[in-house]
Amino acid sequence: MAQVSMTVNGMRVSGEVEGRTLLSTFLRDTLELTGTHVGCDTGQCGACTIHVDGVSVKSCNMFALEAEGAEVTTIEGMANADGSLGTIQQAFQDHHGLQCGFCTPGMVMAAAALLKENPKPSEAEIRTYLSGNLCRCTGYHNIVKAILAASGQDVAKEFAA
Amino acid sequence: MYAFEFERPSTLDEAVKALGAEGAQALAGGQTLIPTLKQRLAMPETLVSLAGIAELKGISAEGGVLTVGAASTHTEVAGQTAYPALAHLARGIGDPHVRNRGTIGGSLANNDPSACYPAAALGSGATIVTNAREIAADDYFTGLFETALEEGEIITEVRFPIPAKAAYVKFEQPASRFALVGVFVSKGEGGVRVAVTGASEAGVFRWAEAEAALASDFSAAALDGLSASADDLIGDIHGSPAYRAHLIGVLTKRAVQAAG
Repeated sequence: MAQVSMTVNGMRVSGEVEGRTLLSTFLRDTLELTGTHVGCDTGQCGACTIHVDGVSVKSCNMFALEAEGAEVTTIEGMANADGSLGTIQQAFQDHHGLQCGFCTPGMVMAAAALLKENPKPSEAEIRTYLSGNLCRCTGYHNIVKAILAASGQDVAKEFAA
Repeated sequence: MYAFEFERPSTLDEAVKALGAEGAQALAGGQTLIPTLKQRLAMPETLVSLAGIAELKGISAEGGVLTVGAASTHTEVAGQTAYPALAHLARGIGDPHVRNRGTIGGSLANNDPSACYPAAALGSGATIVTNAREIAADDYFTGLFETALEEGEIITEVRFPIPAKAAYVKFEQPASRFALVGVFVSKGEGGVRVAVTGASEAGVFRWAEAEAALASDFSAAALDGLSASADDLIGDIHGSPAYRAHLIGVLTKRAVQAAG
């Protein structure tokens, strides 16, 4: 076992982990931040997407020890300080950007990463960017609409499908 | 996943020493290795993370050569502007989250027969630099998941001579986003190179007949009537050897057109 320390959603945290402990396991089991979902556990579905040092990663495809000293943001860190939904989260609710909701934490984190590098993405750019996030309910249309809305664009005008 | 020790050296020398131990395995971005460990297809006693080694980082262009540190992520390579065809290739690997972790050194050390970077290295005539020596791309790729790297040898950087013209065109396997077939063409001081990934049982290879045709006339029309052999090509549920051979011809033409 080894000691690992990092900052998660602004809080300094540390814990004992094995070499093989995944970052997703550390978040969910040690820190009890179960908003980060583990879907496929093979690095394909993107439900476990979080941000590490400002960029999106799949937390099931990274060891906890690789995040030593890192700044980590999970879905629990996306709400406003008063507990109300953040802009992207609110847009997902407004546009019904979820069905069963399992992929939603990863979708929101992917959307946040996209809007950081491309504040006004087109519908096509959004769909391309979401290539690493799977929705088994196939509810992509409303997810795309939610991200268009979160970027401040006119959904009726920008959404072609 | 089987249990293993986890080491985080901060210098290349420490990493080389750690990898000298019995059962030690290097960990780069982990985007292939971690799923492999989960499937228990590998059981290293020690994983040696290369992420904390400053000598493996950084991208610079000087004197017509792009030098890419082995720990550079696909996102970082996609962001450089000195070699646009290489940036385009990096931008097409996996998905955004994978590109933020996966590295060029990890991809080249693994030498997946359907990976994109081997095509760029072979198609550019790159030099793979390790802690011990420099290896020409032509000598580096030795077969399916096999390279010229010795046990414990670490790629430190990759040097790409920037060609006058180059392009990479990939026919994507939509589930994995690996290349069903990918073709990298370049025309530079070293002549014309055509490197094909995703197609051969032996991994990335140069299509000599196409190179010869393009050497005198670098145009898609120069490839008319030329077809790649289906011998020893990969056949699986995604495509037969004959289909892949057909794709090689089509994609090489498209790559030449894209290279301009």
